[in-house]
Amino acid sequence: MKHVTKKPLKQEQRWQTKISGGNFVDKFHAYRNLHAHALFSSLGRLVASRFSSAMTIVVLAIAISLASGFYILVANLQQLAGNLEASNQISLFLKDDISEGKASGFANTIRKNPDIQDVKLITKEQALAEFQAYSGFGEAVKTLEKNPLPIVIQVWPKKSLENEQALKALLDDFGRMAEVDFAQMDMQWVKRLQSIMEVARRGVTLLSLLLGAGVLFITANTIRLELHNRRDEVVIAKLVGATNGFIHRPFLYSGFWIGFFSGIAAWFIVTTIMLILKQPVENLSRLYDGAFHVLFLGFTETLALLFISSVLGVVGSWIVLHFQLRQLKPE
Amino acid sequence: MLKFDNVSMRYPEAGDVLRNVSFHLERGEMAFLTGHSGAGKSTLLKLIAVIERCSRGQVLLDGQNLNLAKDRQVPYIRRKVGLIFQDYKLLQDRTVFDNVALPLVIAGYGHHEVSRRVRASLDKVGLLGKERKYPAVLSGGEQQRVGIARAVVNKPPLIVADEPTGNLDPELSAEIMHLFEQFQQVGVTIFIASHDISLISQMNHRVLKLDHGQLVTS
Repeated sequence: MKHVTKKPLKQEQRWQTKISGGNFVDKFHAYRNLHAHALFSSLGRLVASRFSSAMTIVVLAIAISLASGFYILVANLQQLAGNLEASNQISLFLKDDISEGKASGFANTIRKNPDIQDVKLITKEQALAEFQAYSGFGEAVKTLEKNPLPIVIQVWPKKSLENEQALKALLDDFGRMAEVDFAQMDMQWVKRLQSIMEVARRGVTLLSLLLGAGVLFITANTIRLELHNRRDEVVIAKLVGATNGFIHRPFLYSGFWIGFFSGIAAWFIVTTIMLILKQPVENLSRLYDGAFHVLFLGFTETLALLFISSVLGVVGSWIVLHFQLRQLKPE
Repeated sequence: MLKFDNVSMRYPEAGDVLRNVSFHLERGEMAFLTGHSGAGKSTLLKLIAVIERCSRGQVLLDGQNLNLAKDRQVPYIRRKVGLIFQDYKLLQDRTVFDNVALPLVIAGYGHHEVSRRVRASLDKVGLLGKERKYPAVLSGGEQQRVGIARAVVNKPPLIVADEPTGNLDPELSAEIMHLFEQFQQVGVTIFIASHDISLISQMNHRVLKLDHGQLVTS
């Protein structure tokens, strides 16, 4: 126990009460006993009223799974945005009179630019070979007397260079260079995806805040009802010397259990939905380039989900205790 | 053990309920508090349990001034006072064992210690063997014994009872009073509010009489 009466107890009478453990070990044992009692008694009550507990937990689980479901949706979209690197890629088509040696030097110069992640030089021959292999015009190309393709330098800007203006500025800089015939990037695609991602990210944040508040208040209301049902018990416990901590603890643990079990239920809901969606999404993905795989809630995310829902449960019950328990006084 | 020093209690709506009450209970003493309904008996007991605080004067319990006690100290003061009520105040959805164990659980005792002390306490009030029963199946006298077992299980130096025999017939009342005397013999201070004059007069103990908030005999 943390609080001890200021006046030390006289130990001379054998019928003296033990207010709280004398030494540190006793206090630790008392503290542990109190927590174990609160932990298990709250769990016991949850099981005893399993129907209403289950209903509360299901409602909370749906709210939590909506938030985490949208989160995982955005995470999957971000995975698509991970392939955005390819779209961010800038192709510099060099002028025809630039020799391969000069082009290689030019590529090294670009590589030194702090905004650039990577640079790749594609010679005329490589370009032609690639074109022959993938374009389906292999035979036609063979009839050409002279390789018409220019030397291309592929440039990948750093990921930190996400915003559109910076990319555009970089592209314009390249376009103005003497060696460059023209610089190209599919700006429209980048722009759209970035806007969508921004909207989705904010949407998920707002939705999570709203649903989190919902979870908080549903828990608070559940605890309020429990407090109301156990009014007599609280009053009697106070009369026989219960501290506020002792009164609070079982309710806080109830809040914890409700939040924790809702978190687990929400995890199952989200995972089930992802499992149902996995096959059709991957079929769809295969029709394109097949690079997309459905992401599930990872280990860290699952821990975060359980942690956040437990904390919401505890905070929700704390709010009620803070405002309602003061009114409960023994008569 | 318990000292009232010029204690007055005034409620805004009811006026003076207690006026200049002074008395001193020695350690191990047994005393009755009597008086007509509304004489201030319950208010006086509430001051001991720090359910209320007096408007003037001092209440000293074991040397501690209850008026100066901070809110967070109040639970520890209450652990020094075993309270017994006319309506027993038992938890109906808990067994006899759990009811008696409550003060020990609150104080953070371990499972074995709780079990040992609850049995000892139930043994003293003659209810050993009824630990698993619920209060509703017990008679009034037995329920009050459970209340007493709960009050003494933590071995408080002072027991305060508010009309403990108010709902019991004379024979059971005498038994309960005899039980209190047994606790007094092991050194517990006993303070009982009762208006059962005939019962009180049979027992040879100090009687404090309240009349309209004033102590008339002591």
